[in-house]
Amino acid sequence: MREVAVIGVGMTKWGELWEKSLRQIFVETALLAIDDAGVDKVDSLIVGSMSSGLFIGQEHIGSLLADYLGQTPIPAARVESACASGGLALKMGFLEVASGVSDIVMVGGVEKMTDVSGHEATYALGTAADQEYECFHGITFPGLYALIARAHMEKYGTTREQLALVAVKNHENGSLNPLAQFPFPITVDSVLNSVLVADPLRVLDCSPITDGAAVVILCPLEMAKKLKKPIVKIAGFGQATDTIALSSRRDITWLESTYQAAQKAYQMAGKKPEDIDVVEVHDCFTIAEICVIEALGLVEKGKGGKAVEEGLTSLSGKIPVNTSGGLKAKGHPVGATGVAQAIEVVKQLREEAGPRQVKGARLGLTQNMGGSGGSAVVHIFERV
Amino acid sequence: MPTPARFWREIPQRYRLEAGKCKRCGFIAFPPRLICPACQNREFETIRLADAGKILTFTIIRVPPHPFIDQAPYAVGIVELDDGVRLTGQIVDCDFEALKIGQRVKIEFRKIYQDGESGVIYYGYKFVPE
Amino acid sequence: MEGIVGYGAYIPRNRIRVEEIAKVWGADASSYRKGLLVDEKSVPSPDQDTITMSVEASKNALKRARINPREIGAVYVGSESHPYAVKPSGTVLAEAIGATPDVHTADFEFACKAGTEGMFVALTLVKAGEIKYGLAVGADTSQGAPGDALEYTTAAGAAAFIFGRENIVAEALHTYSYTTDTPDFWRREYQYYPQHGGRFTGDPAYFKHIVGAGKGIMEKSGLKPADFHYVIFHQPNGKFPFRVGEMLGFTKKQIEPGWLVNKLGNTYSGSSPMGLTATLDIAKPGELILIVSYGSGAGSDAFVFRVTEKIEEVRDLAPKTRELLEKNRFYLDYGTYAKFRQKIRKAS
Repeated sequence: MREVAVIGVGMTKWGELWEKSLRQIFVETALLAIDDAGVDKVDSLIVGSMSSGLFIGQEHIGSLLADYLGQTPIPAARVESACASGGLALKMGFLEVASGVSDIVMVGGVEKMTDVSGHEATYALGTAADQEYECFHGITFPGLYALIARAHMEKYGTTREQLALVAVKNHENGSLNPLAQFPFPITVDSVLNSVLVADPLRVLDCSPITDGAAVVILCPLEMAKKLKKPIVKIAGFGQATDTIALSSRRDITWLESTYQAAQKAYQMAGKKPEDIDVVEVHDCFTIAEICVIEALGLVEKGKGGKAVEEGLTSLSGKIPVNTSGGLKAKGHPVGATGVAQAIEVVKQLREEAGPRQVKGARLGLTQNMGGSGGSAVVHIFERV
Repeated sequence: MPTPARFWREIPQRYRLEAGKCKRCGFIAFPPRLICPACQNREFETIRLADAGKILTFTIIRVPPHPFIDQAPYAVGIVELDDGVRLTGQIVDCDFEALKIGQRVKIEFRKIYQDGESGVIYYGYKFVPE
Repeated sequence: MEGIVGYGAYIPRNRIRVEEIAKVWGADASSYRKGLLVDEKSVPSPDQDTITMSVEASKNALKRARINPREIGAVYVGSESHPYAVKPSGTVLAEAIGATPDVHTADFEFACKAGTEGMFVALTLVKAGEIKYGLAVGADTSQGAPGDALEYTTAAGAAAFIFGRENIVAEALHTYSYTTDTPDFWRREYQYYPQHGGRFTGDPAYFKHIVGAGKGIMEKSGLKPADFHYVIFHQPNGKFPFRVGEMLGFTKKQIEPGWLVNKLGNTYSGSSPMGLTATLDIAKPGELILIVSYGSGAGSDAFVFRVTEKIEEVRDLAPKTRELLEKNRFYLDYGTYAKFRQKIRKAS
């Protein structure tokens, strides 16, 4: 397999983009990536999107976007793994370059969530869970993570304040990110006083509904070396599944799919958790970040809450997590998230993160997760 | 939102909690499956789940999905039945403040929701404190 | 010999007191309490209906009957609040208890006596040798129009009986029905609430038919009031059963064990059947029970049962009726009650 580098990144401001359609959002973003890469065409397109079908009634977006990018007849496909669709697209793009099938591959993620009502959006998001044995009984996504939160709090003594600190940290970082949906800080009090959604989770524990896209361009490492810019390669990846229903998990407080995916990624990259300098994780809810950093091996099992409280994962901490603002402050256009995580890490490794820069970052990790942990994709990036 | 057929085919599970017990390793699949996730065996016997258990975790849904809009707030939990099988379901006829992890509950037959004023009524299992 | 093999009841846990209702309509609570002899009534949760209560009551009956549900040859649900206008309650019940597919199912309707109708048919099919076991349920989530007198009493509950010829806990000795066309209480199709003839629902309706059926069955059987240990009448309010009992020559002592209405309300098709389950919970072998139901429109079904020794074996296998009445009660305010009973007009 050839080694694969990221040579272009593109991202526009995320939010409620009333004036822009899905194809507009994606093409705008893709053009930024193409310009950043300095290429004028691509060989293949892989798009991650959780459900363009449910959100805008449009399937077949691989072709739609290849068309609107002016790149037909290149092969194009949409891949899906609920909220891990973006991460999955990245893995598929990597494989296409690594295998030698294509040289320049565009990997994008996009979601247009505001063309439907809040209820319909919630329904669409709910399709990531077990329809017959979870959703049928009235559970929601915040509800599933609330079940995890309560179990984690009972088992490990994780506190309500520790959950709030995740949101506060991510907003602090997000306030330094001009592309974030909510680029402003919040306080623990505002989190604790926000409206209850599913006890103990409140509105400010939850990532928002967002429109947006993120695009990266991949190519073989040898080709990238010819460009005169800092090169970041994908050193390893891992993907894993777990039971779709939360009730079928062996340990409700543990994200096994993230653990499995991370182990594969570390192995492939020949690295260990303590080698990682900067991390982007899937904080769809505050409790998720706490569970993820445990499953990634960055902190001991059960100690995720304490780690956040002690500032271990803040921008100035030992292992900065979600310097972009995370899903909470940056936004969560579902399919785009996995790719945007990669963009933040690439920017960090290229030393282009501005006020969010983690000094001397050489190794970064992204973790993208589907549903309540039914799937997970982890990538490790290395500055060459 | 199920169609009549989609709901109807799950009736043995929703009404009678029929599950499949792996003939080789004893793993209980609910809903029933074609292949055992524990040992890959393909033969099962039909059994009924236990009708009581304990709460493993719970939450109170305050922002419900559309079909449940009039029911909020309601409690949902993961219950471990006395035969080891874990189910997700609503916990009803309870005082939210009194709910505890480890609390004993039993199964009751209830309406889950209905398809508006003119559609089908979907029945199934819920949990009540013992 | 045929009779009851298993019995069970189900009562929702919510209650509302007469005071709560009177407060909202500016009525005098104490006069309703005294006039109706009702203190509070049961209220079904929004996720409960005639079908869900029938299933729970039937499960309790099966616990006492200890039979294989596949051997049940008939499943009948009598109610005036079937969840569907067209689609039987009985089929959901039959599936839920595992009696399908070789079973006869029907829904019955006759105001408050739909329960005893199903009982009469199930019992008679067993007697005729057509089926081995028959299940009959009387259940209702009755509705009272806001501000109407009925709002103080319309309640929810279910009672289930399994009839058979083996392991009988109460032998069915006699049945008798008394029917006329009397428009005392009715509801037209598409109307949400029923209407009634006020005081016309008394003498020409309730009293005439219960007395008619009571006298009829005693004549048929040669039994006298004093022969019975217990008598259960339909309970639309707390006073009527004692009055009609007096008219027929029964004492308060015979009526009290099956008299639940003061804390339960009127559970319509479940009313006298639940009085019967409460009585079976305490009756001793050899004792005679008379039950006379009443359904507006109008008619009464009467049954005479004689308790057997087997009752002691099965009584504790499922929750007792008064236990269900007294345990784990949640008291509602009128707003929650109105929301639960869908009396609040919402945007579609």
